[in-house]
Amino acid sequence: MDTIFAVSSGAAPAAISILRLSGAGAFAAARSLCGTLPEPRVAGLRALRDPASGMLLDRGLVLVFPGPNSATGEDIVELHVHGGRATQRALEAALGAIDGLRPAEAGEFTRRALEHGRIDLTEAEGLGDLLAAETEHQRRAALRLSEGGLRQQIERWNDRLVDVAAGIEAALDFSDEDDVPEAVTAQSGAALAALANEIGTLVAAPSVERLRDGVRVVIAGPPNSGKSTLINRLAGRDVAIVSPTAGTTRDRIEVPVMRSGIAYVFTDTAGLRDEGADEIEQIGIGRAIDAITASDILLWLDDSPPAYAGAFWVHARCDVPGRTSLPPGPELAISAASGEGIEPLWSRLEARANAFGSAPDEMAINARQRALLASAEAILRIGSAEPDILLRAEAIRSARAVFDSITGRANVEAVLDALFGRFCIGK
Amino acid sequence: MNQFDVIVIGGGHAGTEAAAAAARRGARTALVSFDPTKIGAMSCNPAIGGLGKGHLVREVDAFDGLIARATDAAGIHYRMLNRSKGLAVQGPRVQADRRRYAAAIQAMLAQQANLTNVVGEAAALNMTAGRVTGITLADGREFSARSVVLATGTFLGGRIFRGEEREVGGRVGEAAASVLAEQLRSAGLPMARLKTGTPPRLDGRTIDWTRLDEQPSDTDPWTMSPLTSARTLPQVHCAITRTTEATHAIIRAGLDRSPLFGGAIAGMGPRYCPSIEDKIHRFGDRDGHQIFLEPEGLDDHVVYPNGISTSLPVDVQEALVASIPGLERTRILTPGYAVEYDHIDPRALNATLELRAIPGLFCCGQINGTTGYEEAAGQGLIAGLNAAAHALGIAPVILDRASSYLGVMIDDLVLQGVTEPYRMLTARAEYRLRLRADNAETRLGPIAEAAGCLGEVRRERLAQRGKARAEIEAVLEQPLSPADLIARSAPIAPGPHRRPGSEWLRLAGVTVAQVAPDLAREADPALLAEIVEDVRYAPYLLRQEAEIAMVRGNDAIALAADLDFAAIPGLSAEMVERLSTARPTTLGQAGRLRGITPAALAAILLHARRRAA
Repeated sequence: MDTIFAVSSGAAPAAISILRLSGAGAFAAARSLCGTLPEPRVAGLRALRDPASGMLLDRGLVLVFPGPNSATGEDIVELHVHGGRATQRALEAALGAIDGLRPAEAGEFTRRALEHGRIDLTEAEGLGDLLAAETEHQRRAALRLSEGGLRQQIERWNDRLVDVAAGIEAALDFSDEDDVPEAVTAQSGAALAALANEIGTLVAAPSVERLRDGVRVVIAGPPNSGKSTLINRLAGRDVAIVSPTAGTTRDRIEVPVMRSGIAYVFTDTAGLRDEGADEIEQIGIGRAIDAITASDILLWLDDSPPAYAGAFWVHARCDVPGRTSLPPGPELAISAASGEGIEPLWSRLEARANAFGSAPDEMAINARQRALLASAEAILRIGSAEPDILLRAEAIRSARAVFDSITGRANVEAVLDALFGRFCIGK
Repeated sequence: MNQFDVIVIGGGHAGTEAAAAAARRGARTALVSFDPTKIGAMSCNPAIGGLGKGHLVREVDAFDGLIARATDAAGIHYRMLNRSKGLAVQGPRVQADRRRYAAAIQAMLAQQANLTNVVGEAAALNMTAGRVTGITLADGREFSARSVVLATGTFLGGRIFRGEEREVGGRVGEAAASVLAEQLRSAGLPMARLKTGTPPRLDGRTIDWTRLDEQPSDTDPWTMSPLTSARTLPQVHCAITRTTEATHAIIRAGLDRSPLFGGAIAGMGPRYCPSIEDKIHRFGDRDGHQIFLEPEGLDDHVVYPNGISTSLPVDVQEALVASIPGLERTRILTPGYAVEYDHIDPRALNATLELRAIPGLFCCGQINGTTGYEEAAGQGLIAGLNAAAHALGIAPVILDRASSYLGVMIDDLVLQGVTEPYRMLTARAEYRLRLRADNAETRLGPIAEAAGCLGEVRRERLAQRGKARAEIEAVLEQPLSPADLIARSAPIAPGPHRRPGSEWLRLAGVTVAQVAPDLAREADPALLAEIVEDVRYAPYLLRQEAEIAMVRGNDAIALAADLDFAAIPGLSAEMVERLSTARPTTLGQAGRLRGITPAALAAILLHARRRAA
């Protein structure tokens, strides 16, 4: 197998950039750059020189991790160098010129870790999410996954299913013996229902995509209710055009905002009105309704009550004379112009995001895992209500088959292909 | 004539099916046994079938095998187990008259073309360049064949235990094939020991039947083989009794003289068919253990007490029998005993049941670590079909887990090996809902026909059944309105939508008589019942189809025969050992091996892909 290398840290320019080499030739390649290697797992300061010309490329820290007890299972070298683009390029060029070395392909470090049995599929998926994580929430949730949290959880569920199955199978296969208690099968329905509920809780937790992409906050209401002014205030810059003309915002405007470790995506929408909207505005209204349907939190800016259940109703423009006191109905009075009520609004949003979002040590699952778990939940729920114990046993078997596809035992190739399609280089 | 295509050694349930199957495929076949009068002997309990086992019997029958028809010819007590549960787990079980059963097997073999009986002791395998070329009998006669099937049961290194007594032999009164055993041992095949046991046989004339609960034969006239038109023998009752506290005390007092507890027997016994001393030792708190008293024949007074298999000394056996209600004055005809015997680790076999190390040598039955007539017959069928394939250069018959219990059993054996005598259970079949005893013909008939092992009668039946099936299915596809059904008093709500009859049948309480009165009157009731069950399970079967397609995907990824599992990084030593012993030929098989984690499976796949690239 070739020895591969890639920049493993974020995009340049940055203070430090880390190049990683993995493979049988990693140590030899590093030696040709820096002479002697430090002790395994101990950082050493070295001058890095182009092996061909002897020219000094940079000074940096060198770390070596001998296989098989390394992240990929192979010999690994990390070069911590200065983060300028020129330094990176020079080092990459020097490494690429060494015989047997080539730049890593997308996901190749993870793939090697998987090939060498260092991680399993759920861990590999978690790793991908960990690398893409930007907030503290995302990082913790992904870390749990990459440490095999999901696999362990599924193993525990699986063990419980095996227990329930044992009772049912005894009743099916040894019904002519007198030592098989009837009670075992009677309790199995409740046990399956309890398990379905637990799985349901995990399915209902926010997805890793949601944690990564942010909590979707949609600002909606009738035309000219101050939606665009509010989004500009929340974003801290002008993202929407504000004018007193009704129907100014014709399409939705999305802006990502980070605050207190939570990622939000705010969406400003066209004002909802039935009459007086031209064709383009009508399309905008349609899109607004789509956004509302997909929202996690709906901020409702209107004097009449929200048309959507669970919406957060605010009394906007409380700086305008005649609107300064909070009428009955809305939860909060705000003014995007004066800033009044904006801090309380953030606290409310944060509370909602947290309630909606996960506690930080929960595990977030991705879309593939969620779809499979949801089907396991549905299968077990149907099975728990099934009076025919043969079909109850079939539900258990079926749910266990679904667990197998989550951990990657079933249809390995398809899972691998799906998995490796989404890794970025050097991870 | 000393030249054959296939030689089968052993005339038990595995050997007779193997010989008949090979002959049906057109191979000139010899069946070698010590004593031709003992061909087809039932050496243990007098019953055939049961849960999982009845499925195997019907599947062997679908290949025109012997066991189901012989069972019907000798059937004296029929019982459909799990009758209150779904069809998929109903198990036909028949008690067979011991003598009539053997006679029926011998008669069928006598009529089988291409089949010759050879009387003698198989002493040695003849080999050339690592391949089997034939066998030598103890009297020096030699026979040549390209395929040899070993169906030697417990005769390999068999040792009998009864209290302090020891005997060398397979069954009581028969010699063991120790020479052959020695040869197999020296060939370096992986072997291990297992044990099994049998209860004392009782004199039925000395049992007080009047005091015991009777268990009658089923009154509805089902048969083991669909080719049997009706039961011909008178049906007998069985009876049920139980052990008592006194029985348990007697057994406890005798435990120190039991070879099972004295350490004389090292082989692992079956957990699901424990000796009575095992039951008392492990479940001593129970107030009693059930015993079925099963007559062994119509004109035979021997009774088989199912549930008290034992190897205790004879005096203890006598005392324990006398402590059981109804058996106080009962005479023991033959005491019970335990047998410990050699078996080959079945992971040394291919899915055709051919030994990987010795091309041309096939193994089936107890020699592969299984127990039971039905398991033996099933392997006999597969070994016979494939021994013929090997000898004649025709296509092998390999059944997958989604097709049959036969496929499940062989996949289990060759991949997982055994730690106790292997017995079929419905729980072993993941696609249990499809693999019903009542649809064995439908599932396997076409495969059997393609393998060329069906007789004229069966082929005609298959064709006629296919037509009848299509007709029934067409009728059930016709749309019906709720009003039609309500007019026939179906328990459904009125509504405007017409739906096919098959969909109506899925609703609880809707019967065929309501959906298609003509069918209910005129169609073959067995076939109709099978189709109705298919219809009812259809949503589940559909979901399984998707799953099976996925599994077959993994099964389609071949692993090279010379793949060095030790060279795949990341596999634990235990995994490498399991993989190297079982030698999975596909990724699917590797995934089914116990202890192979998803991470390991991914590593195997990536390694295999890289090798292929």
